[in-house]
Amino acid sequence: MIKIEINGQIVEAHEGDMLIDVADEAKIPIPRFCYHKKLSIAANCRMCLVEVEGAPKALPACATPVTDGMKVHTRSPKARAAQKAVMEFLLINHPLDCPICDQGGECELQDVAFEYGNDVGKYSEAKRVVPDHDVGPLIATDMTRCIHCTRCVRFGQEISGLMELGAVGRSEWMEITTYVGKSITSEISGNIIDLCPVGALTSKPFRFKARAWEMVAHPSIAAHDSLGSHIEVHTYQDKVMRVVPRDNEAINETWLSDRDRFAYEGINSQDRLTVPLAKSKGQWDEQEWEDALNQTVELLKPHLNNPDTVGVLVSPNATVEELYLLRKLLHAHGVKDIETRLRQIDFRLDEAAGKPVAPGLVNTLPEIEAMESVLLVGSNLRYEIPLLNLRVRKAQLEGARVRVLNVADYPFTFDLEDKVIADPQALVDTLKVLVRAAAELKGTEIPAGAEDAVVSEQHQAWAKDLVESGKATIMVGAMAQQSPLYADFVLWSARLADLTGATINVVPQSANEVGAYQVGAVPANGGNIDSMLASDKKAWIVVGIDPELDTVYGARLKQALDQADTVISLTAYDSEYLRSVSDIMLPIAVHTETAGTFVNATGDWQSFKIASAAPGDAKPLWKILRVLGNLLDMDGFDYVHADEVLEEAKAQTQSLGSVQGDLAIPARTCDKPVVLGEWSLYSVDPIVRRSEPLQKAAGAARPVVRSAIEADEIVLNTPAGPITLPNEYDESVAPGVVLVPMGLSETADVTLTDVSVAAS
Amino acid sequence: MSHTLRHWIKTFGLIELFKGLAVTGKYLFKPKITVRYPEEKTPISPRFRGHHALRRYENGEERCIACKLCEAVCPANAITIESEEREDGTRRTTRYDIDMFKCIYCGFCEEACPVDAIVESRVFEYVFWERGENIMTKEKLLEFGDKHEQIIAADKAADAKYR
Repeated sequence: MIKIEINGQIVEAHEGDMLIDVADEAKIPIPRFCYHKKLSIAANCRMCLVEVEGAPKALPACATPVTDGMKVHTRSPKARAAQKAVMEFLLINHPLDCPICDQGGECELQDVAFEYGNDVGKYSEAKRVVPDHDVGPLIATDMTRCIHCTRCVRFGQEISGLMELGAVGRSEWMEITTYVGKSITSEISGNIIDLCPVGALTSKPFRFKARAWEMVAHPSIAAHDSLGSHIEVHTYQDKVMRVVPRDNEAINETWLSDRDRFAYEGINSQDRLTVPLAKSKGQWDEQEWEDALNQTVELLKPHLNNPDTVGVLVSPNATVEELYLLRKLLHAHGVKDIETRLRQIDFRLDEAAGKPVAPGLVNTLPEIEAMESVLLVGSNLRYEIPLLNLRVRKAQLEGARVRVLNVADYPFTFDLEDKVIADPQALVDTLKVLVRAAAELKGTEIPAGAEDAVVSEQHQAWAKDLVESGKATIMVGAMAQQSPLYADFVLWSARLADLTGATINVVPQSANEVGAYQVGAVPANGGNIDSMLASDKKAWIVVGIDPELDTVYGARLKQALDQADTVISLTAYDSEYLRSVSDIMLPIAVHTETAGTFVNATGDWQSFKIASAAPGDAKPLWKILRVLGNLLDMDGFDYVHADEVLEEAKAQTQSLGSVQGDLAIPARTCDKPVVLGEWSLYSVDPIVRRSEPLQKAAGAARPVVRSAIEADEIVLNTPAGPITLPNEYDESVAPGVVLVPMGLSETADVTLTDVSVAAS
Repeated sequence: MSHTLRHWIKTFGLIELFKGLAVTGKYLFKPKITVRYPEEKTPISPRFRGHHALRRYENGEERCIACKLCEAVCPANAITIESEEREDGTRRTTRYDIDMFKCIYCGFCEEACPVDAIVESRVFEYVFWERGENIMTKEKLLEFGDKHEQIIAADKAADAKYR
């Protein structure tokens, strides 16, 4: 520790720290534009000039390391003169259009100009005008306002790994632009809106909608992936206007994925269901809540006498409170088939363990960032959980070796040490080889099942790195989770982890996937969605999902819903399909409109409060369930506040199986070509699917099958008959694998438990 | 004794009465300044803060750019604005309501406006016959502005040199 003096105040610092960091720590304000704590130092805006005693000129605080005994003045006449001069130069070309600029009111340039600038400009010559480019549906540009701080450029280079913006030209003619008219495609591109200190890059969906000062900021938790990023929901007149990240070093740092940032447009969608609807004689009638709830109870009661014939499908994005009350309500009547694992088709792990085996991260995100060797198993991490991908990327940049086992050669934003691209069966075989290689390396007994594996030099190198790196992890991703060989992937990964000393992280995907396991929103009787569909259910309760799009059971689920006597839908959205199968539709609130809790991938219980008003008559699901409990004359349903539900849920978490290598599962093989479902970034849940800007963005799904088969079309057999989809020949897909985009109406009939390629 | 005597002279000499009548008599012969409103009207300052108006540019384009500064500065929260991107990409209001009951006619909105769109005109003679009429919508304000543009422009010009 050394001591320096800033404005006469003695401040302790580490030798080599940058002056601006030390000043920030001591809460001494220094103006800045190009400096950002998460980006490299550029020192090109010159706004942070301060006077250092002994230096002939003012020095930029962001690029000046502190030394012992340094005396700094940030408000001395010399420093002020430097700051004023820089401000004047920055304002030469900056338009005075604050009244029509969306950044107005939250603009760093505005604030700094007010604090450090002159009150009158001396410049009266012509100002520079820079043409705008359309860079996609998420980001609006007004490049005339750009002050060339290059934060956005450095974000692309250093954080997202896609350098989509760059500076061309010099001095007066310097422009920040995309590479020859391209649009910005990064899955975390929205962060440059926050980074931009002026109004050059602003949010397109939010454009001209509201002002920074008139919105109310509600701290909340993001609901579209399992990290539970910390967000702020900004509302105006109780309507969500935008979502911005909240700093949290343990989860999202200062970033937010585009999915979590722009999904709110789906909350304001015209498709929202606003009144309870009941079907009578084929007609949908609007109902009062009281009547609708009474009808629901009437519809439900006869089936509760025969609880095995009731099936419940719930969104894994429902809150802990909602899932717990649903469980409490239905378990009391003997209904055990409550399922949130809508995209899993292989449940052998649960059968082997005798209880549900929950996915989860055993490492915290900072730990993952510090890994030295990472093995990704069946994961397109970048498009599954963008901010987790950032952590792995950081690890790689620090020298970690990242290897992948994947069904397609997905584009990563970092360099891979090595990869194996093959069909799921071959990938499991590769895991077996790695297990054998690790066992040989450690000199331990080769586990049963891996005796026949033939170890090559490549495999030895992989195993050796996992053993020797000391900090190694194996991460099992969504592609593995949704494949028919999920159990094999997890078991062999776990065995490999046991042998090598690596950790195993099975990455959960949905906001409350882990919470659903913990509060028991998975069948308590050893069942699963597959067995539920196989048994003859007379009544279905569908909660918070588009049943035809949100599962991988497509036509099978549709048939089951068609054949059921009663379908009760609790849904935030009105849809033609739900109208065609339901008997009653109750409008529920989405996550910003209710108080709730999500359990994130690392097992943190994160509660949030109401941020916006539900449209029309929609009500929070936990309140609906509470009243249903009362109407069914049940005890213990007199909650006044969601906190009471949470407390009870916390006290009654379920015992779960853990991911262990010593489980024994029945063998399974899958025939080639293997048809696998692919969930694009923006088709994962009903809210995201209804967010218009996201559907226009680069990550949106297209109804095109990808495979290494040379054919224009591929015909898939489904239980509802064959469907024909256009095929995109893609060499990056492993031979024998057909990737079908899920969550689209075109592929709604695709049933991944019962699908085959009929013709190509 | 002398106090009582003075009191009696004051009371019975009607001095106070003649003093009062003297004032009356003085004003009887002074020039008259009373105006017979509404047939006659007093002169009004160009800075008079009366009925609001939204102005247009000479080419007919509305001035307001939905910056919401007037809404922010309004001490009575009388202004409600909703905005969005118009088809041609410009920033425009979709709603501009002033609640004339809430308004305290302070003129801050006019001061805050960067484009001289919202102004308070010299018109002060208006009534509301029904509840709800007190909400001046964007259409009404623009129409009012169109109707009185000449005098508003003249008032602005007259006051310009003092700004």
